[in-house]
Amino acid sequence: MKSQREHHPPAWAQRFIEWYCKPGLVEDLTGDLHECFERNVRSIGARRAKLIYIIDAFKFFRSYTVSRSIFFHLFMNHIMIGSYVKTSGRNIMRNKLFSFINISGLAISMSVGLLLIAFVLDLHSYDRFHKNGDRIYRITSTLTSKNEQNGKFASASFKAGRLIRDKVSGIEEVTVMRNDFSGDAAVGDNVLPIKGFWAEPSVFKVFTFPMEEGNVETALKVPYSIVLTKTAARKLFGDQAALGKTIKVDTVVYQVTGIVKDVPFFSHISFEALVSLSTAEQLNKGDKNFASWANMWSNSVYVLPSENADMGAIQSQLNTLAREENQGEENDKIQLELLPLYDIVVGEHLRQPEGGPGFSGPHVSPVVLWILGGLAFIVVLSACFNYTNLSIARAMRRIKEIGLRKAIGAGRGQVRLQFLAEAVMISLAALVLSFLLFLVLRPLLINIAPEMQRTVKLDLTPAMVIAFVVFSVGIGVMAGFLPAVFFSKVSPINAFGSVSSMKVFKHLTLRRSLVVIQYTVTLIFITITAVGYVQYKNILAFDLGFSTANILNINTLDNKSDVLLRELGEMPEVTGVSRSLITTGVGNAWGGSMKYKDSRDSVGVMTNHVDENYLPLHNYKLLAGRNFVSRPATAEAVGEVIVNEQVLKRFNIGGRHPEKAIDEQVILNGRKMTIVGVMQDFHYGKVDNLIGPVAFTSWTPEDRVIISAKIQSKDMPATLAKIEAAWKKIDRVHPFTAAFYDDEIKEAYREFSTMIKIIGFLAFLAISIASMGLFGMVVFTTETRLKEIGIRKTMGASTGNLIFLLSRGFLVLLSVSALIALPATYCFFEGIVLPHFPYHTPVHLPELLVGLLAVLLIAFIMIGSQTLKAARSNPVAVLRSE
Amino acid sequence: MKGTNLGEFEELVLLTVAALTDEAYSVAICDELSDHTGRTVKLGVVHAVLNRLEEKGLLKSELGEATMARGGKRKRFYQLTMQGKSALMNAKAMRDQLWARIPSLVWGKM
Repeated sequence: MKSQREHHPPAWAQRFIEWYCKPGLVEDLTGDLHECFERNVRSIGARRAKLIYIIDAFKFFRSYTVSRSIFFHLFMNHIMIGSYVKTSGRNIMRNKLFSFINISGLAISMSVGLLLIAFVLDLHSYDRFHKNGDRIYRITSTLTSKNEQNGKFASASFKAGRLIRDKVSGIEEVTVMRNDFSGDAAVGDNVLPIKGFWAEPSVFKVFTFPMEEGNVETALKVPYSIVLTKTAARKLFGDQAALGKTIKVDTVVYQVTGIVKDVPFFSHISFEALVSLSTAEQLNKGDKNFASWANMWSNSVYVLPSENADMGAIQSQLNTLAREENQGEENDKIQLELLPLYDIVVGEHLRQPEGGPGFSGPHVSPVVLWILGGLAFIVVLSACFNYTNLSIARAMRRIKEIGLRKAIGAGRGQVRLQFLAEAVMISLAALVLSFLLFLVLRPLLINIAPEMQRTVKLDLTPAMVIAFVVFSVGIGVMAGFLPAVFFSKVSPINAFGSVSSMKVFKHLTLRRSLVVIQYTVTLIFITITAVGYVQYKNILAFDLGFSTANILNINTLDNKSDVLLRELGEMPEVTGVSRSLITTGVGNAWGGSMKYKDSRDSVGVMTNHVDENYLPLHNYKLLAGRNFVSRPATAEAVGEVIVNEQVLKRFNIGGRHPEKAIDEQVILNGRKMTIVGVMQDFHYGKVDNLIGPVAFTSWTPEDRVIISAKIQSKDMPATLAKIEAAWKKIDRVHPFTAAFYDDEIKEAYREFSTMIKIIGFLAFLAISIASMGLFGMVVFTTETRLKEIGIRKTMGASTGNLIFLLSRGFLVLLSVSALIALPATYCFFEGIVLPHFPYHTPVHLPELLVGLLAVLLIAFIMIGSQTLKAARSNPVAVLRSE
Repeated sequence: MKGTNLGEFEELVLLTVAALTDEAYSVAICDELSDHTGRTVKLGVVHAVLNRLEEKGLLKSELGEATMARGGKRKRFYQLTMQGKSALMNAKAMRDQLWARIPSLVWGKM
């Protein structure tokens, strides 16, 4: 047998006791603990024995065991820290300008960091309220299909959910939720739109949505039962009890079987009502597709594995299950995977089928967070550079102080600590200021986009406060690190020697490179904003191939449009109206497949259903043929189609002559159609898509309606109010939803404009921080060179000479930054960003130069004003003071 | 009067020290207490009580020989002082007096 390994109690715990314990007690105390330790090693093992030893070491920290001297030590340290605080405070007060630059620079940059921290913490607080949150998984479906819809989807099929429940072991609960239950809920005369999901009773076992009234087990069992949130119930029933009452949603009557607490804000599943999934099964009884394996579009499946379940085993069971099911499918192969609940909001980007708004909830990809974090870090770093730069620049003035400190016995560590303490104090002061800025910026950030309002609240939580303080201290350490190292190396002998013998100037390269980095970053930010803005304006002003000016698009929802159309027609301000199925040019799409003579050759075409007024209202250019004239009443009666040039090109109809294509027959979605007109190519999709084949057919009353009204009005608000009044006559429940075409286009590119706003804001911060830093440097340089200037002046140098002399160094640095920044930005856009937009305009020189000019101008003003002041100073006054 | 009154646990510790005679040091006292009272007694608590009793003058202590089991550290042995002994006697006498006052009838009725 191997000899028993010897175990020793943790040395640091022993030292800890020896540190705090009264000398008289140390021996028997540690002895006792050692004896118990030896005994515990034998009875319960070394690891737990050590743990007990450590716990006891802390437990013995009592008033009678603790020696008085350690309080003295703590007190001494306290005094030292107090002295650091005092000297730092004096320094801050003495150099008001530098402190102002440092504190405000750090505050401005830190506010960005605070916003980001708040944003990230908010995102990470999603779904944390579920009791079993760490065990819940969503089933994702990866589709490999012959159609072009491949990808990983957040949804899964109804059948997959059922099969997992029946066949997969190691799973405690499965719950299937079906997308979007929405409609107008009527209680008596009270009609309100309501939104939610179809769900199974197990939803309450997997998730924690506490039920206040009703039976959790049975509430969602029977068809036509509905569970409302508290707010929804109050909205519909007022103060009356809702439980047991009925609600009519559209034409179906539901019974309220439960009231749940309102869904917390930070939940990726958000609803006003849950309807029993069995209802959906009843309503879709005739639909074979409803429960088919490949119909993975409309349901979400969540699983709750048993505690200590082997996730690998569950995944392999899912693989087997999918393999079996895929055998029966010709076109679609689906792979099931487990996605942890906490990775839904911040995690891999999943596709979601159309028609599920809010279903997958908000999502932010980690890449975005990293990019934002990186940008914020750059801005913060820039402020830290200011601090480092200015502190080291002031070295000569402080070097005597450090020398003195060292001469009377301060060690390196203490000097280092002093400078770090000073930096941390400044950054804590900056935190106060930046928190105020945070409060100002918070609403701006939240209102930047509607998605933002739905995603984050940015309310202050204790965790956030802690994160802020930690962040601030971290910044302080980062900013103070280089000065601390630099000053700790000062030797007391040199400190009292002549100024020129000091090796301060070798740090000039460091300071110079910091300035260059700062200005490069600033220039990059600014030029990106300028170039992005120009591109954005170009997109908005882009000739789509049709006119959108003064056209108001009214979504009539499911209402009959005739009344509204007639009322609009009677208004003098409305010069024309038309009806269509969708609004094009903003990213909406309605597709179909088209065939010409060869029945095997089909092409995906984009379609829209439009009435006879649509083309003239939007100024579409007909190259040949005519507009629609008839008004078919049903989809079956539609037999005419107007196509664009791309269709002709694709099928080679009529050679190069559009006229020859008229009266040709094509098959659109299986129906024979005659080409009656050919229109010029236009942008059906967004500008980042290539123009493809498009076919317009007649709008029929069976279709959804978007009414487009061309408005000629001097008093737009009054006209809009008039139209809204007309809307109220046909629909009292739903709000009037209309938008000008141009605004809709703007809206379609909102992501783009949001991006520009954010980067523009960062550019603004970067330029102000860099400018402040530069200002500090200029003030410092001119101050230290005042005597030199005085001498030069007496020798006959002109003001112009002096300005050139003083600003030359800075101008060189700025030129170096420009030489790095401008090509970098140019390559970034031409190489990475713009290739995504086939119809972009190239980057022009003026956009690149405008940023440079702005930065140069600001720098010039700062350098100029200070150097001018110095150059004009009276040499007599300067030189006499020696 | 404060200082002469013994707490319940203090009394137990004092008794244990008396019972263990020459072997009365913290770990042994701790074990003995655990065995006889059936409750888990923490070393830290015993230490604190021993310390307090020593301050009150009911116990005195001296260091013994070093042993390997204690990592070369000496044990601190405790002994009752005269005050300690009388405090225990007083406590016992007080209890006996009270016991004697209970009429046997009271037990019968229960």
